[in-house]
Amino acid sequence: MYHKDGEQYFVVDSHIHFWDGGPSNQKNRYGEGFTGCFYDYHRNLSPSEYVWSLEKFGSYTEQDLVHDLFTEGYVDKAIFQPTYLTDFYINGFNTTERNGAVVENHPGKFIVNGAFDPRDGEGGLEELERLAARWGLKGVKLYTAEWKGESKGYKLTDPWSYRYLEKCEQLGIRNIHIHKGPTIYPLNRDAFDVADVDDVATAFPNLNFIVEHVGLPRLEDFCWIATQEPNVYGGLAVVMPFIQSRPRYFAKVIGELLYWLDENRLTFASDYAIWQPKWLVEKFVDFQIPEDMQSEYGVLTPDIKKKILGLNAARLYDIEVPAAVTASMNGSAPVATVSI
Amino acid sequence: MTTAGERLDSGVRSELAWRALGQVRDPELDEPITDLLFVRELAVFDTDAGGPDSGVSVRLRLPTYFCAPNFAYLMVADARDALRELPGVVEVQVRLEDHFAAEEINAGVASDAGFTGSFPGETTDELHELRRTFQRKAHFACLDRVCRHLINQGWEIDALADVRLREVPESAGREGLLRRRRDLGLPTGGDDLVLVDDHGLAVPTRERAKTLRFAQAVRVSLEGNSAFCRGLLSTRYGDQEGPR
Repeated sequence: MYHKDGEQYFVVDSHIHFWDGGPSNQKNRYGEGFTGCFYDYHRNLSPSEYVWSLEKFGSYTEQDLVHDLFTEGYVDKAIFQPTYLTDFYINGFNTTERNGAVVENHPGKFIVNGAFDPRDGEGGLEELERLAARWGLKGVKLYTAEWKGESKGYKLTDPWSYRYLEKCEQLGIRNIHIHKGPTIYPLNRDAFDVADVDDVATAFPNLNFIVEHVGLPRLEDFCWIATQEPNVYGGLAVVMPFIQSRPRYFAKVIGELLYWLDENRLTFASDYAIWQPKWLVEKFVDFQIPEDMQSEYGVLTPDIKKKILGLNAARLYDIEVPAAVTASMNGSAPVATVSI
Repeated sequence: MTTAGERLDSGVRSELAWRALGQVRDPELDEPITDLLFVRELAVFDTDAGGPDSGVSVRLRLPTYFCAPNFAYLMVADARDALRELPGVVEVQVRLEDHFAAEEINAGVASDAGFTGSFPGETTDELHELRRTFQRKAHFACLDRVCRHLINQGWEIDALADVRLREVPESAGREGLLRRRRDLGLPTGGDDLVLVDDHGLAVPTRERAKTLRFAQAVRVSLEGNSAFCRGLLSTRYGDQEGPR
């Protein structure tokens, strides 16, 4: 919970990791490159006092994670989004099991999501059932650029993707987090294109599709489909840290998102350990659209910030929110399914 | 004007090569690779076939190890094509470095294998459609810049539908718009309408506001990506190094 100026902000960090990206787990130069890539994101957009050494960044501890999220970071609930990358890392980068072990050590603090890969065929469907039963999954994270042998990725519109999404519906896994990356099959297509999200969002109206980092670097395509598909959401991982280094750009992105979507379909995320929630939450609550842009983009009210920081994700994941947080809110019930 | 075989001072050759590389754009960011500091080194060398300073070699770098391989391929191939057109240049070496697919891309471009030949089994076609998709985006972003400028000059949004290219002042980005229209094969005459879609058709009245609004989103996206890439590049290489 974050308190500022008489307001209480319930914080759901809806995209966090507990990875092992260090040299001992790297399978090849791709693993080394992947960790290095994340580290450059971290160094480029973190305030200097939050920048770690590459060594720590590769292999931080469970204690670091819990401390940075809950002791320092105001987070009430954090959602693990696994990224397997078993072609890059010996034990995987960040698997459901690795995250799940942390969840069990800290009851009530975390939600663990699963993952599937449509290229795993029938066997993968059974594995998804097993994961769902073991961890009580309400969500899965998909990385469409994941390499698997000769394949450099997949699309959500591939026939097997539909089979897996049908299975998610059967298993009560409602939240499908989609993370696009630089590769896909076929390689001549734009791997970041989110058009396939449009198709599956229409085909599966009972599922929620949360597009991570709001489709960046294809913000415009994301906005275009999200405005037409009510079950498409925008995850703010990667967008948040611009609040410090490029606040005017941050304002434009948030302004565009609020124009094309609305305040009920955006979810806060730090992408820990790339960035830390503490400074992101503090800066976001203090943030305002610059005056010269307000005629176009409006302003961010405390209610909008509450929704983005926690209430929207709480609605997706049936997370209980203390009544005090919503008591002072105006307008129509923004957290309809939240039990308070 | 130089002709093939003419002796050139290596400084001049280097300058011409640099200018040629300045015509090569990152297709995704719509900016010259020289401005983006993607050119790490440019050198001229002697060749047996062409004599002194008849070879040009270039080292390219990108913001991340995992930058999309299709765009990386286009930049390497475009750089090679641009340098090969220089008079008196008989040998061109373009090498992408520090990238997961550098080996495939460098070998494929050097042997004119095309994208399908460079990534057999991983692609279904060459990159023309990808390039065109991003030319459309670049056109839209530019359209927003121009329209925004006109609105700031006092034009009403409704009146923009009738603006002709000749009415766009150079200060509003006229040249940039014309270049992007040429890329797409759209008409560039003074009497042609400014506010047209990807196919050069006038945007219908009821779609005008939404089209302009979308053009704005495209521009925000493009400019944001460009700044992020510049930041990542400088973080990755710890400098603002470049050959100039």
